[in-house]
Amino acid sequence: MLDDFMTRATLAGVGVAFAAAPLGCFVVWRRMAYFGDATAHAAILGVALSLAFELSIFPGVLAVALAMALAVTLLAGRGYAMDTLLGVLAHSALAFGLVAVSFLSGVRIDLMAYLFGDILAVSRLDLLIIWGGAVLVIALIAWRWSALLTCTLNEELAYASGLNPNREQLILTLSLAITVAVAIKVVGVLLIAALLIIPAAAARGLARTPEAMAAIAAIIGAVSAVGGLQGAYVFDTPAGPSIVCVAAILFVAFNLVQWRSKVRA
Amino acid sequence: MSLITVKNLVVTYGANTVLENISMTVERGEIVTIVGPNGSGKTSLFRAIIGATQVTGGDIALQPGLKIGYVPQRLHIDATLPITVERFMRLTGRISRARCKEALSAAGVPDLLKRQMTQLSGGQFQRVLLARALINRPDVLLLDEATQGLDQPGSAAFYRQIEAVCRETGCAVLMISHELHVVMSASDRVICLNGHVCCQGTPAVVASAPEYRALFGTGTGGALALYRHDHDHDHSHSHEAAE
Repeated sequence: MLDDFMTRATLAGVGVAFAAAPLGCFVVWRRMAYFGDATAHAAILGVALSLAFELSIFPGVLAVALAMALAVTLLAGRGYAMDTLLGVLAHSALAFGLVAVSFLSGVRIDLMAYLFGDILAVSRLDLLIIWGGAVLVIALIAWRWSALLTCTLNEELAYASGLNPNREQLILTLSLAITVAVAIKVVGVLLIAALLIIPAAAARGLARTPEAMAAIAAIIGAVSAVGGLQGAYVFDTPAGPSIVCVAAILFVAFNLVQWRSKVRA
Repeated sequence: MSLITVKNLVVTYGANTVLENISMTVERGEIVTIVGPNGSGKTSLFRAIIGATQVTGGDIALQPGLKIGYVPQRLHIDATLPITVERFMRLTGRISRARCKEALSAAGVPDLLKRQMTQLSGGQFQRVLLARALINRPDVLLLDEATQGLDQPGSAAFYRQIEAVCRETGCAVLMISHELHVVMSASDRVICLNGHVCCQGTPAVVASAPEYRALFGTGTGGALALYRHDHDHDHSHSHEAAE
């Protein structure tokens, strides 16, 4: 069954969507969208380093994404506004990454594959890594769910409940780095943040509790992955962007439906 | 042992000393109010007690196993976060629906269980925060300016509710308030804070203490006269005007 490249691609897409959904909800609730962007953009530097040291892409990207996320966390609130800081870091990391890749003249690299993903080339090993990472992220977030939610609502409330918001933030940072590392093959560095944010945002109006929002986001993400891949196959379009397009269409559709029911009510 | 014992507490942010040599206690069942102008370190004291701020010196001892119910100053729920009152009440552990209803009734809002948090009015929201703080049957309630955004009758009703609940359950209260005229009558003890403890004692003792007058009296002139919450000592206006 895994011999078929479309089957592998679909499984990869669904795996990433499942990991991105609960994490994406926190990214939306905590207004960390730029944070996701910065971490993802830094990944291209990880790609360059991996290639230079002839490592597999995954550990290099994971290390750089984690370093980036930690750097942002440490620098936050020290002089610059968060969006300025992230703007500097995200685009610098991307630019340095692109320059670093250009030094690797010995190897022929298809840069597009890392910027926009190369989901149709997912191997069995990739699939194993993607699902391993996805399960790890889902397990981490499920384990800390209530604590993360309390910290998201109010820092003092978290302290008074015996929680340490800094530690919980670290869990999110780690999950984000893992998600970036496994998603790079599926949608590429430029669209990872979209996969985090769009399904979660689309699920907002359909949910009454945080748990429901995460579950609905996972379904929307999975539907986008399957639909996007089918669309890419039929219309011969790039797979990663097609997945994000389906998610965006679902986002608009759900909002229109709610807007209409509100107008009627 | 006291529920909360603060001894010679010092808190500094960089070169800035916010709290200096603070000593105070909260005993079982008593209602203690902290008053003080803006920037007097009230919130820093609270953050130190719940462990959210590093202390520079001194000591904070909580009774072993002390259960704290915390009502924050401001709780902003992002519009993108859907959460019902019931789910919010169950944030900190497995809690039965019956217990949720009980806590909401005690806070004076029994019928909100299924509502979305973001759709509550300011008064309802604060009462849900109070209910959540009460849900684990705490030994002490910590309220940080819990009536911000409520009008005067609203906050008076809110404090009466707290007093009633706590007198009934024996839960102690440590609260920060700007609204001296409202909280003074309910408090067993008032601590007047301005970086250090200016004075403390029963509401009557503190209201007549010269240190308190210096901070809150309208006759002292200067910036402190801008401090608006002086309705509880109308007598002193005429008194000081006569001077």
